[in-house]
Amino acid sequence: MVPRGERAVSNKYLLNKFLFTVDRDPDLVERYREDPADTVAWWEAEMANQLLGCTADERTTWLRFDDQERKALVEHDHPKLFALGAHPFLTLTLFIAMFERDHQGLDYQRAYGRALARFTLPYPDIAT
Amino acid sequence: MATVCAVIASTHHPFYYRASTATGPDRPSFADEWVSKIETFRETLTRARPDVLVMVGSDHFHQLWLDNMPQFLVGKAPFYDANFYNEEREFGLPKMLLKGQEDLSAHILRQGLDAGFDLAFSNELRIDHSVTCPIITLRPEADLPIVPIYTNIFAPPLPQPKRFIQLGQAIRAIVESWPADLRVAVIGTGHLSLELGGPRQFGETGPDPEFDRRAIEWIATGDFDGCLSQVTLDSLHGPGNATHGFMDFMLMMGVAGENAKADHVDSLDLFHTMEAYFTWYPEGSVL
Repeated sequence: MVPRGERAVSNKYLLNKFLFTVDRDPDLVERYREDPADTVAWWEAEMANQLLGCTADERTTWLRFDDQERKALVEHDHPKLFALGAHPFLTLTLFIAMFERDHQGLDYQRAYGRALARFTLPYPDIAT
Repeated sequence: MATVCAVIASTHHPFYYRASTATGPDRPSFADEWVSKIETFRETLTRARPDVLVMVGSDHFHQLWLDNMPQFLVGKAPFYDANFYNEEREFGLPKMLLKGQEDLSAHILRQGLDAGFDLAFSNELRIDHSVTCPIITLRPEADLPIVPIYTNIFAPPLPQPKRFIQLGQAIRAIVESWPADLRVAVIGTGHLSLELGGPRQFGETGPDPEFDRRAIEWIATGDFDGCLSQVTLDSLHGPGNATHGFMDFMLMMGVAGENAKADHVDSLDLFHTMEAYFTWYPEGSVL
């Protein structure tokens, strides 16, 4: 047994799991756009430890966000997600789904790139 | 025995479908040239008279996920539903249903495992735009049975580049050992330099035109040594953070064979990324 206080509390995998499970659900995409704080809190309580591909009772017991991860998600802070090593494809896809509609043409995608201008190679490691 | 009637490597630009079907003010300025190049490319497959298509691509976190991530996976199913909600949402791609060629899937799995490739398999696989884009560009009738093969170019740790070439070589030999009197085209899609979700995304060209130029030369001439001497898992970060998709082109170089010169080579410099199209005819060019 792993003592409760020594359980791993966080990793890039969970950020990716949030982005992945929200992006594939049209209702969750809208919910996260409109009310990110509520969505992140609900998701962490109900979904973070759901083992995809297994029955609901077979829950994981140790996944949770740390404070900076939770804050980045609540604030729709995609440069911070990039810095934390979230998978850039997942972040981009979800953020386009939420915010492209508010812009013309490729303006959102280009602004998204400019917001990351401070990052130079090597980029944050995305290996999980 | 089966005949490999064509080997085809291509980029898979998910915006082609929307660009090519748009009309009036929605039609982008580059659409006509793009459609023209695709129609020429499509003819290279048509002339090979294929009966079966082996389709190499990479799932973009649609069905395959980090809790159970295969490096190389072969579909073995009688049918494949295709395209996902978020591809319809972002790219306007239609839902599709493709037939499977289960006998060839079983042959590739058995022979691949026996050749030292520990292939994963799926009996219920929904395929994404890495496979449906070349169906739309090369065989829009979507009438031929397929064997989908997925590679992991997306979620590190990834297999080494040389492993992609080796798997391509194995696929060529395995298809040619399939005891069926059918003509098989092997089609694979990847990327040249590409950045997604990073500071260099959606530029006026791909993020590294010089890499693209070298890559096209390696592919067109089957230059395994030149490619492997300059491409590593680390180096692929340089041309763009999604450039590991180039390894699917390397797999197709393996299918075509070392020093195999492509019979059809074309490219198109678009915003965001360069398109590139290659066809080899193992039986001799029919162009």
